[in-house]
Amino acid sequence: MPRKAINLTCKVEYLSILDETGKLDKKLDPSIPDDLLLRLYRAMLLARRFDERMLVLQRQGKIGTFAPIKGQEAQVGAAAVLEPGDWLVPSFREMPSELWRGKSMESVLFTYGGYNEGGYIPEGINNLPVSIPVGSQTLHAVGLGYAMKYRGDKSVAMVFFGDGATSEGDFHEAMNFAAVFRTPTVFMCQNNHWAISVPRSRQSHSKTLAQKALAYDMPGIQLDGNDVLAVYAGAKEAVDRARSGGGPTLIELVTYRMSMHTTADDPKKYRSEKEVEEWEKRDPIVRFEKYLRGRNLLTDAGVEEMDEDVRNEVREAEERWLEQIGKGVDPLDMFDHAYAEMPPSLRAQKEELERELSEKKR
Amino acid sequence: MPKINMVQAINLALSQEMEKDDSVVVLGEDVGVDGGVFRVTDGLIDRFGPERVIDTPLAESGIAGFSIGMALYGLKPVCEMQFSGFSYFAMHQMESHAARLRWRSGGRFSVPMVLRAPYGGGVRALEHHSESREAYWAHTPGLKTVIPSSPRNARALLVSAIRDPDPVIFYEPKALYRAFREDVPDEEETLPIGKSQIVREGKDVTLISYGASMRPVLEAASELSARHGIEAEVIDLLTVSPMDDELFTGSARKTGRVVVVHEAPRSFGPGAEIVARLVEKSFLFLEAPVRRVTGFDIVIPLYQRETEYLPGPERILKAVRETLDF
Repeated sequence: MPRKAINLTCKVEYLSILDETGKLDKKLDPSIPDDLLLRLYRAMLLARRFDERMLVLQRQGKIGTFAPIKGQEAQVGAAAVLEPGDWLVPSFREMPSELWRGKSMESVLFTYGGYNEGGYIPEGINNLPVSIPVGSQTLHAVGLGYAMKYRGDKSVAMVFFGDGATSEGDFHEAMNFAAVFRTPTVFMCQNNHWAISVPRSRQSHSKTLAQKALAYDMPGIQLDGNDVLAVYAGAKEAVDRARSGGGPTLIELVTYRMSMHTTADDPKKYRSEKEVEEWEKRDPIVRFEKYLRGRNLLTDAGVEEMDEDVRNEVREAEERWLEQIGKGVDPLDMFDHAYAEMPPSLRAQKEELERELSEKKR
Repeated sequence: MPKINMVQAINLALSQEMEKDDSVVVLGEDVGVDGGVFRVTDGLIDRFGPERVIDTPLAESGIAGFSIGMALYGLKPVCEMQFSGFSYFAMHQMESHAARLRWRSGGRFSVPMVLRAPYGGGVRALEHHSESREAYWAHTPGLKTVIPSSPRNARALLVSAIRDPDPVIFYEPKALYRAFREDVPDEEETLPIGKSQIVREGKDVTLISYGASMRPVLEAASELSARHGIEAEVIDLLTVSPMDDELFTGSARKTGRVVVVHEAPRSFGPGAEIVARLVEKSFLFLEAPVRRVTGFDIVIPLYQRETEYLPGPERILKAVRETLDF
């Protein structure tokens, strides 16, 4: 038998629309309306300020370990493409997207402050709660997609995960299921170059993460993850395709974790300052701001006013959160929502704790 | 009432629930065209089509996580693990997400799925095809672990499991799949999850078991009665977790003597929990130490040695006699 070649074409596109100086590639302009451009800018700025504030709160001991998102704010470009009926399936570095989709800042503070309430997503918001085991949530977005298709709903599930997640089995199982069943799922990989201390180069031998789509015969694309216009344009293409029955897409957002993995680690131990400085030049907010100023959509006064405005919004959210936690929590409600109906053996344990607590009070 | 075996009874539960409720979907490896390696899902694909009876890629974690996503959207997936020995891939999804999403979201989301898996020895199978690891699931807060012991209760419990708003692990004793037939009514029948049953009344000793071990237990109870005039009260747990201890602790207060039987390894097995609850709730009524007749703390051997591993009537009878003579 001869050796025969099966020709597979693998061409991974890299899309960047705004360069580091904020200059637009006109041919690629996604023509986003001005008011949406400003909303995106404001959402990125809000996420940055909130992130900075949480770092302060963590250092002051007011919240526990938290995972900063600094540098990854352009992800809102992807969330902005979704309709309210679509589903956002986040991991733990999607605060900007979650806020865009209606989650409150208090809710984020609840989670990092150690309150279960952070996961209590209000009715009407189709965000799943944060999923911490890396990569495991990818499968949920595929099941959601299958169910949407089964019900004849023209909705889409967008799942976020990091570069480290592409090493997990669940990611590959999810990609495979999504491709086999052609589910309306958009895989949004935030390649921020570091999985705690392990660099992207040690995570996978592949040149790009987007090329992993080839193995599952689905479209894969790399986007400049620090360019909100590219993120928006690439996500829109994938979401439109999924919505019209064209199946799943893998998107690799090439971005950078400018801060630590969580407040429990020190990146100086494993990466150089120089590398961080290089990426700071590509800051997604600075670049976008330059572009908007260039288009006269933002002025010095406008930037200042908006910054003041988002800082106030963060402060007000923090105040609301403090007021709510000030009321204290009832430890006995830890037993709630374990099951739809509490089994007798669990009820007995709750009563046991109740007695202990009331004895302590006396 | 037609007499059917457990495979047919489970098939009946699935097909009737699918008929009633279009949110019920069946998925797993070979469950469609092939009808499942044990033929449990035989014919379903012809009746309900490939969108509802889904042959999935071979990936247990994938099947479980995919089912979770479907359930979050309001479907009621019934997924099959081809053998419980391969379900450990799925354990992460069940432990980390299926069991917690209701809790994590404060009741906003729920995962009304069923994970079915044939478990246990007695069918002369290869390695990984005969084990009994229900304790893994039973130890996980947020899951329910149900194990039927007859065609009729398998059908009724599976209907309840499908309708349950929380994730249910449904372990099917494969040794009983075709072991005997029973009258199973065609009309709807359910059994409450979380409730055990007294299947034989007696005053001298209490035998507590579930699943595949119910057969040797009932055999031993008949022999005790016929040959020795000893009347054993037999309790079938039906749900391992959350455990219903009301019936068995009550029975222990009456008889004062208890033997617990299961195939699972002894240490940290469901029997350990049963004994703990007996000590907590019936200690002063016990006339003898509680005995456990179980699998040993080893991997279940390949089938030339499994008869000696599995708790059979002889071992049960010996334990009962020692308990009575104490």
